[in-house]
Amino acid sequence: MYRYDEFDERFVRDRVAQFSDQVARRLDGSLTEDEFKPLRLKNGVYLQLHAYMLRIAVPYGTLSSKQMRQLALIGERFDRGYGHFTTRQNLQFNWPKLRDVPEILGLLADVEMHCIQTSGNCIRNVTADHFAGVAQDEIEDPRPVCELIRQWSTAHPEFSYLPRKFKIAATGAQHDRAVTKAHDIGLRIVRHPDSGEIGYEISVGGGLGRTPMIGKVVRDFLPKPDLLAYLEAIMRVYNQEGRRDNKYKARVKILVHEIGTEEFRSRVEAEFATLDGPSVNADPEELARIEAYFAPPAYETLPRESAALAAARASNPAFDRWAGTNLTPHRADGYSAVTISLKPIGLAPGDATSEQMRVIADLAERYSFDELRVTHAQNIVLPHVRQDDLHAIWEALVPAGLATANSGLITDIIACPGLDYCALATARSIPIAQAIQQRFEDAERQTEIGELNIKISGCINACGHHHVGHIGILGLEKRGIESYQITLGGDATENAAVGEILGPGLPAEEVPGAIEAIVGVYEAERNDGERFIETVKRVGLSPFKAAFKELSHAAD
Amino acid sequence: MAAAPKRPPLPVILLANDLLDGDVVFARAEDAGALSWTRDPALALVAAEEPDAVRLEGFAAAEIAAQHVVDAYLVDVAIGADGPVPRHFRERFKTLGPSNRPDLGKQAGEGIAARRSA
Repeated sequence: MYRYDEFDERFVRDRVAQFSDQVARRLDGSLTEDEFKPLRLKNGVYLQLHAYMLRIAVPYGTLSSKQMRQLALIGERFDRGYGHFTTRQNLQFNWPKLRDVPEILGLLADVEMHCIQTSGNCIRNVTADHFAGVAQDEIEDPRPVCELIRQWSTAHPEFSYLPRKFKIAATGAQHDRAVTKAHDIGLRIVRHPDSGEIGYEISVGGGLGRTPMIGKVVRDFLPKPDLLAYLEAIMRVYNQEGRRDNKYKARVKILVHEIGTEEFRSRVEAEFATLDGPSVNADPEELARIEAYFAPPAYETLPRESAALAAARASNPAFDRWAGTNLTPHRADGYSAVTISLKPIGLAPGDATSEQMRVIADLAERYSFDELRVTHAQNIVLPHVRQDDLHAIWEALVPAGLATANSGLITDIIACPGLDYCALATARSIPIAQAIQQRFEDAERQTEIGELNIKISGCINACGHHHVGHIGILGLEKRGIESYQITLGGDATENAAVGEILGPGLPAEEVPGAIEAIVGVYEAERNDGERFIETVKRVGLSPFKAAFKELSHAAD
Repeated sequence: MAAAPKRPPLPVILLANDLLDGDVVFARAEDAGALSWTRDPALALVAAEEPDAVRLEGFAAAEIAAQHVVDAYLVDVAIGADGPVPRHFRERFKTLGPSNRPDLGKQAGEGIAARRSA
């Protein structure tokens, strides 16, 4: 894992001191709310419905045990004993008091954490594939480049007042687990087809929100050393030409859409050509310094398959089910990556108590080289676990309520906090997720249905990624009640697609029945071994729309 | 931050977030008639007439200027058995807390019990 050098440490400590002073000046009246708001947002402090909210950056989703324990401590001491992991791999506390935030920031700085770049019109915390450095289909670990971008973008003077927020995601794998196509910039590490050299495919202009767009590739292959200069060229074009007259049209996706991909590309290339590359690009020594922090841990030499795992699976059906859903093959023989589901039936997706955070931290320390990942799907990953240890890990997860065997299944629902917490929300998300989870609680049924991503947002801003859910649910207000619009066919992977609306919005109590109807069509139409999204793509929306229509008529 | 530019239909209550703690507070009338803040929505002063609403707006502006509260605005209410209930579901949640966590927020008595008897 990356470790702060003296500059990182100093920068974060200085920021804590500055914010402490800003809070004091707010309280003595030297700063008005209008003056203070942009300052608190630059430090991750939002005002929600019931309280302030503090959003803590988890760069590229990687945490150490020590950091997770500190989050547990903060949750217990300053919040209500739990935190919420977000779709941008961050952590939110829902109940901090403004008076306590400076002290919380100090505790975060003690473990090399902060809330910088979690709000405001800047380049936000960079997200990455949660199986970075682990996945078998990976060309190269994307985290060194994420860290490089973090260092380059943090408080970058030219890009601190962008037209709007700016999100970057990176993956080094074939299969996109980082939703790169729905980000302002998506980076994919690729190998040049002729030379075999490693470089980047760069997409720009993806995004969800009120105008969902899939990112357009502006460079098939960018040589590795040119990365920062090329990113700087993109940011310059956006900073100068992105719209500032209308916040709803200010994201780079609108600029790309309005002038066209070709024109955007040619402006970026023209800017890139005028930049003094060597003065912008990272010194190769600096990149090598960063890369060294992400060197693989010292794996033991193990047989490819663990006999202990096979025996435990054969003798314990519950463990077998969990191992069948929550493990991901690891590049090192005899190891697995474990997904710890934060989606137990009937609880808020992505929430973890301080007690659970400590259980997870202890497991990471003992079994996973002290390392954890936060996924955009709001789960936690133990990235490097010996298969021989899996049964012991599962036994520790069960009493902590962390052994739900549903990774990637219909109850592994992404949901934003919605109107239960969020000041921007138009409807609730969490109770919809709970109702669907309860409807599909039966484990056998979930396994029969197979991979199915449901994603729920409580407003058009789409923090719950509903546009790219196989089934997406958007909560809106309609004639004074909460109403839910259902979309079908979204895809968050390398085959990224925005889902299409199935029909009129439904009241909350009809949503589980609608999901049941959609699943029913899938079960009737699917070929052997065909996943939900594949069936939807093959048969199209018509049969689903027909079932949906019947449902609405039945409700009338 | 100015008070809401357009006044909701009467009757209304005034709610805000406490600057330091962030939790939701409601304007109430003290025994002597002066306005102050309470954590308890049941004790919120209901403004049924225009001049009462104007007075709440004035209180909101003064309290924002005095660094006591943020995001103060009027909310239209119905009068229930236990006091005023916001007509809009969003504002109802502000008087209760997260619907998935009945153990948290005002619905669990947070910040209320001590003050109601005081």
